[in-house]
Amino acid sequence: MTSANTTQVQVAPQGGRSRKRLRMQTKRVLWAWGFLALPIVFYSWIRFYPTLDAFWLSFTDWDLLNEPNFIGLDNYRQLFNDPQFWQVFKNTFTYLLAGTPISLCFAFVIAYFLDRVRFMQGFIRALYFLPFLTTASAMAWVWRWFYQPVPIGIINGLLADFGISQQPFIRSVDQALPSVLLTAIWAGVGFQIVIFMAGLRAIPQTYYEAARIDGLGEWAILRKITLPLLKPTTVFLVVFSSIGFLRIFDQVYNITTNDPGGPLNSTKPLVLMIYQSAFSSYQMGYAAAQTVVLFTILLIVSLIQLWVMRKR
Amino acid sequence: MRKYLALAAVAAGIWGAGASQAHAVEIEYWQYLFDSRVTAMNKLIDRFEELNPDITVKQTTFPYADYQTRLVAAKAAGKSPEVMQLFYGWLDKFASGKLLQPLSEDVFPSAEIEKDFFPIVTAMKRDGKYYGLPTAVRSLALFYNKKLFKEAGLDPENPPQTLDDMIKAAKATVKQDGSGNMISAGITLDMAGQDQHWWREVLVRQFGGDPYKDDYTKVNYNDDAGLKALKFYTGLQTDEKVGKVGFMDEGQAAFRAGLAAMTIDGTFRLGAFSSIKNFDWGVTELPANADGLRSNYASYFANGIAAGVEGEKLEAAEKFLKFVSSKEAMDIWLKTVGELPARREAAMTDENLKDPIYGPFLKGLDYAHTTMFVDESAQRQVSIDMVNRVLLQDQAPDESLKQAADAEQAIIDKAKK
Repeated sequence: MTSANTTQVQVAPQGGRSRKRLRMQTKRVLWAWGFLALPIVFYSWIRFYPTLDAFWLSFTDWDLLNEPNFIGLDNYRQLFNDPQFWQVFKNTFTYLLAGTPISLCFAFVIAYFLDRVRFMQGFIRALYFLPFLTTASAMAWVWRWFYQPVPIGIINGLLADFGISQQPFIRSVDQALPSVLLTAIWAGVGFQIVIFMAGLRAIPQTYYEAARIDGLGEWAILRKITLPLLKPTTVFLVVFSSIGFLRIFDQVYNITTNDPGGPLNSTKPLVLMIYQSAFSSYQMGYAAAQTVVLFTILLIVSLIQLWVMRKR
Repeated sequence: MRKYLALAAVAAGIWGAGASQAHAVEIEYWQYLFDSRVTAMNKLIDRFEELNPDITVKQTTFPYADYQTRLVAAKAAGKSPEVMQLFYGWLDKFASGKLLQPLSEDVFPSAEIEKDFFPIVTAMKRDGKYYGLPTAVRSLALFYNKKLFKEAGLDPENPPQTLDDMIKAAKATVKQDGSGNMISAGITLDMAGQDQHWWREVLVRQFGGDPYKDDYTKVNYNDDAGLKALKFYTGLQTDEKVGKVGFMDEGQAAFRAGLAAMTIDGTFRLGAFSSIKNFDWGVTELPANADGLRSNYASYFANGIAAGVEGEKLEAAEKFLKFVSSKEAMDIWLKTVGELPARREAAMTDENLKDPIYGPFLKGLDYAHTTMFVDESAQRQVSIDMVNRVLLQDQAPDESLKQAADAEQAIIDKAKK
């Protein structure tokens, strides 16, 4: 801004008019900042102040009803000695490490082929996108019924028709997490497809034409042109869906409402543990410590991803 | 001079009107959202305002899942309602957090309360002071599907009276398909529902134990009786194969759908079950053990007065609380909600005791126990996990029981600190 102003001062031939134009320019900047200031102040107040407050609360024993007492690192000590926390930690990373690559590969494959389909493409795309628009809780309840044993569970009903024995799904310590994860992937994949398709469209056709003239095969085109040029889209989606999987809550909570995060904590993610500590046990300090841990994980994961996938 | 007098008269008139307006006190009442409870409370408020034209009561409701948080948040914001409904199990938290004030001994004498109400109301007493009074109480009973009983050749008018009878009836009514999958349960198994209470306060006692000691501060079920009770409960699925945890998702859903012959549930379920159209159902007392010992679990929502309410608002709040815990209010509540009156006199009428539905619940109140929870959902989770470890991970019942007892003791100790 300053450089623009000085150039104008130098260029302006007549003193009076230049001062007026300068004022106009300054005014415009001031107006812009004036409009920006309000959201910035508001945003800092609703976003950063609570975040800082959470850091402070994590060193207290606040229970929402009594005055908070400073207890140092006790909450963190308790957290790291809590076997449930490590189980939850493992679950959260399972959601992240399985969910992100599976959903992205799946979304890319669908987007890649859907991009080549001309017949009813919009309709198919809308079908994929539909779950993304549905409320997570409503969806979770439907899936919860799908996963039931016979006589009401649709999936088990199908298995029975093929003579395969019933699966316990969300009533099993081993199958519950993948079952929940599947619904989360299914719900988010529509969004990723749409973004991938936009990314694919943005790659100039001339590159492909040139490659084909040079006799490159489809596989080579995919590896040498499509994937590298799709990198910004991929980076965005990786970061975006990682954060989504690290913060998974609605699906888990609604699929397992009778035994939230169960059975035996096998599906409980960090956000659900925070929710329970805060709003059913009222251990606000303890919940704040968990929030700080989650925040740190999110920060580290995002930074690592941005660093790994940065533009060279 | 006359002019001045006239002015003075007008001023006095205005002042007088103002004074009489100051007498019209408005108090706020909060409870959680449950249709029949809201209807009943509206009826009570109408009647109360008729009797006390100078007091208005405004009712506000919140969904159950939010309700407790709303109360706590309202207290933090200094906007508590004058009179609030609370689960008896929340009292410790609310009393120590200074959300409630103790009831005045002059208006609500303890001796009178203990004479008129069922003994479980003492769960609202701390250090000799009452913090609230219930309108209605709830207990458990065995609901059974008469149609399924008939189909299995059982007498639908003679429901099982002992645990052995219950297993026999469950075996007769359970249905499996060709590959051995359960398609209709003999009895529902749902620890997240009321089975946690059945296990703690009923089965443990029936196998010779006492689930807690020292005023519910020491977990005491990690013994032979507790082990037998746990084995009995999990055995319903593993050995007898008459029920399955998670069948139809929830026990009450299975019963409503006509796919479970028996379920253990509370008075509050009467409203939901009354809409069942395709079969008749009955209610009977929870089964006794072989020696005829019965037990039950009773609980209630009480109404209390918020801390900091004083002056004429306090007076109005006390009047309102007195009214909603009167016999008249309890009769209205029973008719509208189906929950049992908390006063003996209102509950134990011949008509109620002979009622095929209220009767078994009322009889249950006589031998019921009330668990003093410090963190109800965390303690419930302990029971759910205990059963899951046995059923899903094949853990030995005695190990699972010990783990549960230790976990629950830790929750209690932490809360008492």
